[in-house]
Amino acid sequence: MTDLQDKNKGLQQRIKYLRGFVIFVFAIILFRGWHMQIIKGSHYKRLAENNRVRTVILPPLRGIIYDRNGEVLVKNVPSFNLGLVLADINDIDKTIKRIAPVINLAPDNIKEKINSSKYYDPFSPLTIKEDISMREVAIIESHKWNLQGVVIVVEGRREYPNKEIAAHLIGYVGEITQEQLKEEEYISEPMGRMIGQNGIEKFYDSIVRGRVGRKNIEVDAAGRERRVLNVTEPVSGDNVVLSIDLYLQKIAEEALADKKGAIVAMDTNTGEILALVSHPAFDPNIMSKRLSSKMWQKIVSDPYHPLNNRAIQGIYPPGSVFKIVMAYGGLEGGHIDPNNKISCKGGMQFGKRFFRDWRAGGHGVVALHKAITESCDVYFYQLGNRMEIDNIARYANLFGLGETTGIDLPSEKKGLVPSTEWKLANRKERWYAGETLSVSIGQGYLSVTPLQQAVMVNAIANSGFIVRPRVLKSVISDKDKKTFEFPPVETGSIAISESMLNTIKNALKGVVYDNGGTGWAARSTVVDIAGKTGTAQVVGRRFQGVGSWKYNDHAWFVAFAPVNKPKITVAVLVEHGGHGGSVAAPIAKRIIEEYFKLNNLMEQI
Amino acid sequence: MIKKSSLGLFDWKAFIFIVIILFIGVMTIYSATYNTAGETTNPLYLKQIGWIIFGILFLFLGASIDYQNIAKYAYYLYAISLLLLLLVAIIGSSGFGAQRWLSIGGFRFQPSELAKLATVLAITRYFSDYPARYGYTVKELLIPGFIIAIPVLLVLKQPDLGTSLVIFFVSFALIYMVKIRSRLFGFSAFLALMLFPFAWHIFWMNLKEYQKTRLLTFVNPTADPTGTGYHVIQSKIAVGSGGFWGKGLLESTQSHLNFLPARHTDFVFAVFAEEWGFIGFTILLLLYVAIISWGLDVAIKARDRLGMLMASGIISIFTIYCILNTGMTLGIVPVVGIPLPLMSYGGTSLITTLFSLGILFNIKKKRFLFT
Repeated sequence: MTDLQDKNKGLQQRIKYLRGFVIFVFAIILFRGWHMQIIKGSHYKRLAENNRVRTVILPPLRGIIYDRNGEVLVKNVPSFNLGLVLADINDIDKTIKRIAPVINLAPDNIKEKINSSKYYDPFSPLTIKEDISMREVAIIESHKWNLQGVVIVVEGRREYPNKEIAAHLIGYVGEITQEQLKEEEYISEPMGRMIGQNGIEKFYDSIVRGRVGRKNIEVDAAGRERRVLNVTEPVSGDNVVLSIDLYLQKIAEEALADKKGAIVAMDTNTGEILALVSHPAFDPNIMSKRLSSKMWQKIVSDPYHPLNNRAIQGIYPPGSVFKIVMAYGGLEGGHIDPNNKISCKGGMQFGKRFFRDWRAGGHGVVALHKAITESCDVYFYQLGNRMEIDNIARYANLFGLGETTGIDLPSEKKGLVPSTEWKLANRKERWYAGETLSVSIGQGYLSVTPLQQAVMVNAIANSGFIVRPRVLKSVISDKDKKTFEFPPVETGSIAISESMLNTIKNALKGVVYDNGGTGWAARSTVVDIAGKTGTAQVVGRRFQGVGSWKYNDHAWFVAFAPVNKPKITVAVLVEHGGHGGSVAAPIAKRIIEEYFKLNNLMEQI
Repeated sequence: MIKKSSLGLFDWKAFIFIVIILFIGVMTIYSATYNTAGETTNPLYLKQIGWIIFGILFLFLGASIDYQNIAKYAYYLYAISLLLLLLVAIIGSSGFGAQRWLSIGGFRFQPSELAKLATVLAITRYFSDYPARYGYTVKELLIPGFIIAIPVLLVLKQPDLGTSLVIFFVSFALIYMVKIRSRLFGFSAFLALMLFPFAWHIFWMNLKEYQKTRLLTFVNPTADPTGTGYHVIQSKIAVGSGGFWGKGLLESTQSHLNFLPARHTDFVFAVFAEEWGFIGFTILLLLYVAIISWGLDVAIKARDRLGMLMASGIISIFTIYCILNTGMTLGIVPVVGIPLPLMSYGGTSLITTLFSLGILFNIKKKRFLFT
């Protein structure tokens, strides 16, 4: 035996080397195990948890929006959405090819949607098509096992039963954007969440939005739910009652018809918005869908800007409506006496320029009352010249012009009240006296929103008190159905004497009822109406081509009624409508009449 | 020497080690294939127990046949295995996209498993028949080279990269042991061979994606590189998330939620490491090292050159399987798709492993008999 083994001493030695080497290799493997399980153990544990646990977002129902009489303006209807959980899909092209014909979408469309959501959490369903039919649901469900990663999510879809009616006021919802996700307000919102993107839906989003629930589930490798680990239930949003009156809103929409422009109707005493119209409008049902970028582009690039809420975002020269502010300023500052008369010969030479009156023949002998009822420009040129621009600006600011009214709607514009200081700062130029004359009749740099016009005239109607216009009337808690009312807010008041008030009010009534009054078209048999017409020249018209509708004047009419104890204040703007007296006044009249017919009816009951 | 009865000379200590690993294997397969619905009528762990019983019979068979007789028939066995490999290439049924199986009766048989043992036995016989006291010249290695190359290529063609690599490595280990005359050549070949899996891994990690795909499709046309990548990631997560104490029996989330592929076969070690943590990992590794150490000891103390070569060849197969399988589970060796001996589910692998270990028992036993 030893003999034999002696011969193989070398072989034995090499086997021993081999044993040493094998032990060395196993030491490496043991070290690797130690490194993975002990050193990096928590890292791998987290990865295993990420594999296993998935959070499903449970979207809450948004609050319902009612008008002041309890009519439903926005509600929720169940919608079956087709979503893709990208993490569960191995061959995206194959999946797209399979589902595209079922849901009637071009594969390229689906691809575009996937590509445009690069930052999307691959573990939550990315909505590809909303509101698919029951037939489509059935087909997808029955092929579930071949369609890994394709899911159907039931969601409360927003429905706007009145479509374009009050579209700008109500707004619409849309998927939360990348930018919004970073904002403080939406810090706890997940991707893909539908939030208010405009109007009341946006402004009171925090009230109607509700809180998302979260369900942690254990999934297998195919993304299928194995069991529920824990659930936080979603909390529905609170319901909201708006101040608008759907009936009056419809009347206003009809009255403006297909003309472009805006209407604001508000409760004189409380500032509650009764109707708010902006045309052209849009259908919030369409806007609230997850729009493709192409469709979005189409809407945004519409030359008539249908998404623009002209009532609060459209800025226009106030035209002769501004003469109300001028009259107040003239009386308050002692620049005029209501009985002093001037002679109007159809214009006024000032420096090198001749400032024309809108009536070429002139108004003859004119005192303040007639200057307002017939809207004599020369009277106000002279007044403005005496007052000087900075005083005019001060009075305009008193009426809330040049500042936002503080209405509870997003992106309100503040317009512009020019002053010497403003011009120096922004135009690097001193103020010219001639420019004051333009401002005196509501032209020049001066610009306002229709809502500001309403608030301004409302101050006269409301005996000098300025109320903040608002849309929210009350909030009804979803939990206990408790109602929270919101009292009117007074934002300021104008020092105005009884006699001054009467002078101006009388003149505004005269606009409608006097012979030669520019607002004769608003004469009503139902209720006595006071108002002021305005015809605003379109700024910059000479820089553009000639002869298109674009260069027609904007028509204004602001009104309140009844004259003695006003209840409703209305501002009407018809873009490029022409004369305020003939175009805007009948619209205001119709709204006011309907309002009182309605109220009288209510009182009788 | 002292005469002992054949049964008394049987190494029961080593046998116990083997049985312990077999038991751990059954337990892990039970866990890996456990499903909460419990609808399986013929659970795999029960099948595995059947294979084990069958395999242990083969172990005793291997222990009772004189290894010198086995060596006598080594060339025939080698020829048969080549024939079977050819048969697979022609009519083999396709399993997992690769032609590896032969159906015999109701059973599916994997000829490559037999081929690796047959090849080792054949070259063992050759080196034993033609000893070279001062080592072989490169020219003298030509014939064993052919003996190795034919099955390696046939298995590679199936394609079964793992098994062909194992045959290749074991053959090299044997050549190292019989000594090559050029010391430098021998040493560098040995080093290259042993470090190859690790070097390959580093090399592989530095390849660009398209290069990997190209290489893989060159070696193994049916391989899915992204699929393989996923396997390794999930296997590493399984092992790492086990931590020190492990998640406990049946608590492996990676396995039960299907994240881990091939969890009762190639990745059974990952399931075990996830459920039993570093503690279990260390114990299992020590058990394997104990068996390997025992096998090498059998080789060193074998009665003759043939016994030494045969024992070290057999234990080398076992060792390389262990290293490659645990290495790929831990993500330090590329995924080549080979089972972990004694633990992975599968009849052919189990039977060949136990039979070859049986030969070791025989070699050990023989050193006490007739001197």
